[in-house]
Amino acid sequence: MLKKDLDLLVKQLLESASLVNGMIQKSIRGLTQREKDVLVDVIEQDEPKENELEIAIEEACIQQIACYQPQAKDLRTIMMVMKMNNDFERMGDEAVNISESALFLIEKPEVKPLIDIPRMAEEATKMIEDSLKSFINEDIQLAQNVCERDDVVDGLRDQILRELITFMAADPTVIEPSIRLIRISRSLERIADLSTNICEDVIYMAEGRVIKHGKVNT
Amino acid sequence: MALHRLRLRIWKDRGFKAIVILFSFLSIVPLLLILFYIIKNGILSISWEFFVELPRPVGEEGGGISNAIVGSLLLVIIAGLPSIPLGIAAGIYLSENKKSRITYWSGLAVDVLQGTPSIVIGIIVYLWVVVPMGGFSAFAGGIALGIMMLPMIVKATEETLSLIPGSLKEASLALGVPYYRTILRVILPAGVSGIMTGVLISTARVAGETAPLLFTAFGNAFMNWNLNNPVNSLPLLIYNYATSPYPEWHQVAWGASCVLVVFVLTLNLVMRTVIRRWKVQF
Amino acid sequence: MESAILKTEGLSAYYEDNQVVKNINLSIPEFKITAIMGPSGCGKSTLVRCFNRMHEMVPGARIEGKVFLKEENVYDMESITVRTRIGMVFQRPNPFPMMTIRDNVIAGYILNGIKLNRSKSDDIVKQSLKEAALWDEVKDYLHKRGTFLSGGQQQRLCIARALAVKPDVLLFDEPTSALDPKATSHIEGLMADLKNTVTIILVTHNIAQAGRVSDFIAFLYLGELVEFGPKGRLLTTPKDKRTEEFLTGKFG
Repeated sequence: MLKKDLDLLVKQLLESASLVNGMIQKSIRGLTQREKDVLVDVIEQDEPKENELEIAIEEACIQQIACYQPQAKDLRTIMMVMKMNNDFERMGDEAVNISESALFLIEKPEVKPLIDIPRMAEEATKMIEDSLKSFINEDIQLAQNVCERDDVVDGLRDQILRELITFMAADPTVIEPSIRLIRISRSLERIADLSTNICEDVIYMAEGRVIKHGKVNT
Repeated sequence: MALHRLRLRIWKDRGFKAIVILFSFLSIVPLLLILFYIIKNGILSISWEFFVELPRPVGEEGGGISNAIVGSLLLVIIAGLPSIPLGIAAGIYLSENKKSRITYWSGLAVDVLQGTPSIVIGIIVYLWVVVPMGGFSAFAGGIALGIMMLPMIVKATEETLSLIPGSLKEASLALGVPYYRTILRVILPAGVSGIMTGVLISTARVAGETAPLLFTAFGNAFMNWNLNNPVNSLPLLIYNYATSPYPEWHQVAWGASCVLVVFVLTLNLVMRTVIRRWKVQF
Repeated sequence: MESAILKTEGLSAYYEDNQVVKNINLSIPEFKITAIMGPSGCGKSTLVRCFNRMHEMVPGARIEGKVFLKEENVYDMESITVRTRIGMVFQRPNPFPMMTIRDNVIAGYILNGIKLNRSKSDDIVKQSLKEAALWDEVKDYLHKRGTFLSGGQQQRLCIARALAVKPDVLLFDEPTSALDPKATSHIEGLMADLKNTVTIILVTHNIAQAGRVSDFIAFLYLGELVEFGPKGRLLTTPKDKRTEEFLTGKFG
């Protein structure tokens, strides 16, 4: 009954999460290795699939609320699954944005060696994986830890911005690609933010404690 | 609520309770007195000979009421043999077909029969059985008593079965049990205590009947096992001996009354045990 | 699409001149729980009683239309055969009060005069009581009358009794409305397990129960089949306005 359907729901959510994670990694790989097919794949295959999944999960959540009138932890779980579902879909959209910018960039010569962006991507995907782990294991410590790491990603984005500003000031021809790179870093930063949202949801689901819109250790 | 009103109500309450208790006593006391009186007078006659010997002619000592006891038993058996199955079957029909026309008229007939005076039944059986047979007989007496037992058994069966919740019948039918088996193996067993009560009450009632036997069984001074011949019974013997001029016979009548009363009492006790053991709670 | 084990075609049911079930075409999928839901007096009890031919036992009752159990018309079969293939559990638990618990379980055989040898009947009793989740509670009391059992236990005994004759379909007519919440949840859990071996049709006016337990819901109103579909969809996005109004409590 409820338990079975809830387990199925969580499984579907994890499927969506791993799809999105894959999309992010593929788009960064496509950028760094200059592989056009991978990027096209993300836009044309993965994104529709992710959208479909998002709709299915949302419908399932609403139906379960209608059928089972869940209470307490079960209710928090379903509500948070709905929100996380939303967050993953947004992450998917950001991955598509990255791929679109990457498609433009791989046709052009490199502005500078790509170091920070892959670092940001690695950090962001690690944050996604850890937030998922904290959800599965209801690990509050891990969730809080992920929220703290958001600062690292923010720092990296600021660094990329400063660096690219100096390049753009020196050479106007690199403005367009630089802007694309800045966009990519913004997307990655948004992805990291969405991961912290997920961690806040995990803490609410596990303990009923609200920590969003403020400092972590309230 | 005003205080004096309340006090008045409390007193009324107590008064009512007192009246009810008083009336209960008043109704039990005569019963107990009668029982006591009969037993006190009759116990002197009770002995082994009383049960096994035939009545002696006037003047002789001793004697018993064996022929009356045997006769009563014969009559009750002849009465019960047709009327118990017929009565139960009729009761089943009436309770199962509440809306049919036949049920309405049958129910009416049963009530009328129950209200018919016993002497009238005796006269009718005289006309229908004794005259064609050419003489008084135990058979005719049994028929008369059977006709009296019938309505009581029908009513007891009908009322018992009506009280059985329909859910029991539904449960059985839903298992694929055919209708007749449902009645025989589920409904009847559930109503056994009520039906047995009806049978026992009607038996106790007809065991003490005299009037119908006057024209049918007629009575017999001797032992008789032949159903075609007249037969004695306890109430007949009591009637004859009590209205006789002989004090010895009066004493025998007291003894017979005592036996009859004890018999009815025993039947009632048996009935209560039956109810307690077999009554099904719903 | 799941295969249908029970199908009705143009089924209408009457009490004298009063039409209580109006021209219903319904397919019940096999090995699923289908809830027949609707406000009081909508004809849902009457409808299922047309399936196992209990409706005709009421004086003055009749039907029109057809009911098919696995392609056979139920009204062409012997009614007592139909009732061994379509069993029923009632609203108020009704174990036979004169029989022991053991005899109650195999009453379907005993009352029909079917003789079972000792070991076979023991097996049937044990298996049916296990399927009804009652075995552990009564295994030491099989030879006592069932009157000491609680309401929920009595209802499970009735379920065991219905299961013992191995029906294809089991009809539950508001089986938990006379029970307390704990007994109710026992029986709901039981139904979820049973559906793997018997198709279950559940009559209920309780929307929450239909949501918890069923796979499909048929919504009946004033004798008509208003809507039929998977429970999740019907409860969240009903297609008919009447269904919507019933679910949001405007009537019923």
